[in-house]
Amino acid sequence: MRYRAAPGTGGASTLTTILFIEQVLNGLQFGVMLFVMAAGLTLVFGVMGLINLAHGSLYMVGAFAAAAVAGATGSFVLALGAALAAAAGAGALVELLVIRRLYDREHLDQVLATFALILIFSEGTRWMFGSFPLYLDIPDALSGVVTLPGGIQYSLYRLVIIGIGLGIAGFLFWLISRTRLGIRIRAGESDREMIAALGVDISKLYTLVFALGAALAGLAGALVGAIQSVQVGMGEPVLILAFVVIVIGGIGSIKGAFVGALMVGLTDTLGGLLLPGFFRLFMENAAATSTGSALASMLIYILMAVVLVWRPQGLFGPQT
Amino acid sequence: MKLRTLIAAACAGVLGTAGLAEDGKVKVGMITTLSGGGAGLGIDVRDGFLLAAKMAGNDNLEVVVEDDQRKPDIAVQLADKMIQSEKVDVLTGIIWSNLAMAVVPSATARGKFYLSPNAGPSMLAGKGCHPNYFNVAWQNDNLHEAAGGYANDAGFENSFILAPNYPAGQDALTGYKRIYDGDLAGELFTKLGQKDYASEIAQIRASDADSVFFFLPGGMGISFLKQYADSGLELPVVGPAFSFDQGILQAVGEAALGVKNTSQWSKDIDNPANREFVAAFEEAYGRLPSLYASQGYDTANLLLSAMEKADIANAEAFRAALKEADFDSVRGDFEFAANNHPIQDIYVREVIKEGEVYTNKITGVALEDHSNVYVDECDM
Repeated sequence: MRYRAAPGTGGASTLTTILFIEQVLNGLQFGVMLFVMAAGLTLVFGVMGLINLAHGSLYMVGAFAAAAVAGATGSFVLALGAALAAAAGAGALVELLVIRRLYDREHLDQVLATFALILIFSEGTRWMFGSFPLYLDIPDALSGVVTLPGGIQYSLYRLVIIGIGLGIAGFLFWLISRTRLGIRIRAGESDREMIAALGVDISKLYTLVFALGAALAGLAGALVGAIQSVQVGMGEPVLILAFVVIVIGGIGSIKGAFVGALMVGLTDTLGGLLLPGFFRLFMENAAATSTGSALASMLIYILMAVVLVWRPQGLFGPQT
Repeated sequence: MKLRTLIAAACAGVLGTAGLAEDGKVKVGMITTLSGGGAGLGIDVRDGFLLAAKMAGNDNLEVVVEDDQRKPDIAVQLADKMIQSEKVDVLTGIIWSNLAMAVVPSATARGKFYLSPNAGPSMLAGKGCHPNYFNVAWQNDNLHEAAGGYANDAGFENSFILAPNYPAGQDALTGYKRIYDGDLAGELFTKLGQKDYASEIAQIRASDADSVFFFLPGGMGISFLKQYADSGLELPVVGPAFSFDQGILQAVGEAALGVKNTSQWSKDIDNPANREFVAAFEEAYGRLPSLYASQGYDTANLLLSAMEKADIANAEAFRAALKEADFDSVRGDFEFAANNHPIQDIYVREVIKEGEVYTNKITGVALEDHSNVYVDECDM
């Protein structure tokens, strides 16, 4: 039995250009997934004025639906379809049964009711699927790494996620700015009573927007579930980040959600890489690691505070 | 006359046994995590404990189970309720070290026994040790120390080590470094609850490490292993059993195959008690037992062994009976060190696939008769 002091530290991994670019890609991938998650949240808040804490539960619903279907059929494409359908269905159902009654209530009532929904979704999922995490993996066709120009080795699946995220961003911009539904959504954001008075079926619009946001959350849950863990409670940490994103971007703005998500993704990833190295310049290794890591995990909240001091309505929020 | 004597004798007999049974009763309050993200662990501890109680068929043992939701404030409320209104004699069940720190010191100070089926924070092993506190699982550092021992045996010379930035994570890296002789290629603290390790994996790739040690319990470990397997890195990985437990292995899948992990228990430890436990658990619950289930099972059997020897009303005798640890542990040899923490072998296991099920197989012993470093700090 030997007990001894910690061995001399091997020091930090040196920061190379390749490592840096790889981390930028990681930040980008994290950011676009946050965007897909936050887009629904910001639309629902912008159009209906509703704070939906249960958005993270819809993310979980998507991941569980994908894991169940992938387990039964072995097809990842079917799994993604199931995630979209299950989350959109759950979203529409929740809007019709619960959320609809909350539009005229105060934000505090909305928080209380949607928090109750989190508990119902979590325990309902546990009741259906059990307490142990589910298996969902990257499809064989997308597993492994590809070598990018410059000799950067990067996960193919993460590249695909970046592609899907950017595709969804493009789709949402098109939807909001070029379609009749988008016009109604924008009109709903600026004056709810007026578009109802103009004869738009506002309750159908609300259900549609809610289901759209839910479907995006479910898709994010399924895509991320394949590289992370599919378990009860997986949605809440992401929900907090999604709120940070929409506060930074400005509530109700899709463009703000996009910029905010990329800022949060890159800040978090690069902060975790650079800060411990920075502290190592003038601190002993173990202390630098823990100080740097602690500060890195605070960085996005510091970013949010700075943005709010500078622009209280968020980067692209409506002027008040 | 004869009849009367007989009746009187029979009555005395009935009264006598009834009186004895009343005295021998032990009420156990189990506070464990049955809902939320970490529920799988608490459910396994509960199921293991109740299985042992059922198999013993001892009517004197009564168990009350409550869910702490992994929240320290709720655990404290439940402990107060169990001590004050349920009048339990023994508390057990807590999974997480921060909850144990909130509950154990006040419970033992009020004269209750606490048998820990999982959490073993260093505070309660060293200066904060208490004669009424027994840990039936391990001291928190143990499995990490064993991973360090394995790293030496495997000839690792430049490990990259990572753990979440919270007390148990810091203990994990300290535990590994305490035994490991080689150099460090890097040392990282991740965020607690972090699910994306792309950044850490990139740093491992950029370093000149020859091996990776990680402590990432629950969902964090599932995420790390899946992403590590997808990254194309092929450095050997070692970690404590918490990321390779029966409950989560199926969720990690192929990514875990062949990975070495350290544990004080495995389902293939060859002794009669363990064979009986594994078979009974599978029959009762329809799944393979986990590390946590084995700890719950041993905790109940320790308690039952003490109930055979002493009456809980006599705290001193009961304490001595617990300390003897005169029960057939599913781990084989088991005894308590001076600070009431186990002295036990810690094994190296490898993740294998049996039919369609991922599970572990013992490949060797990492540390024999391993105790803990905090014994000397404990003054009792």
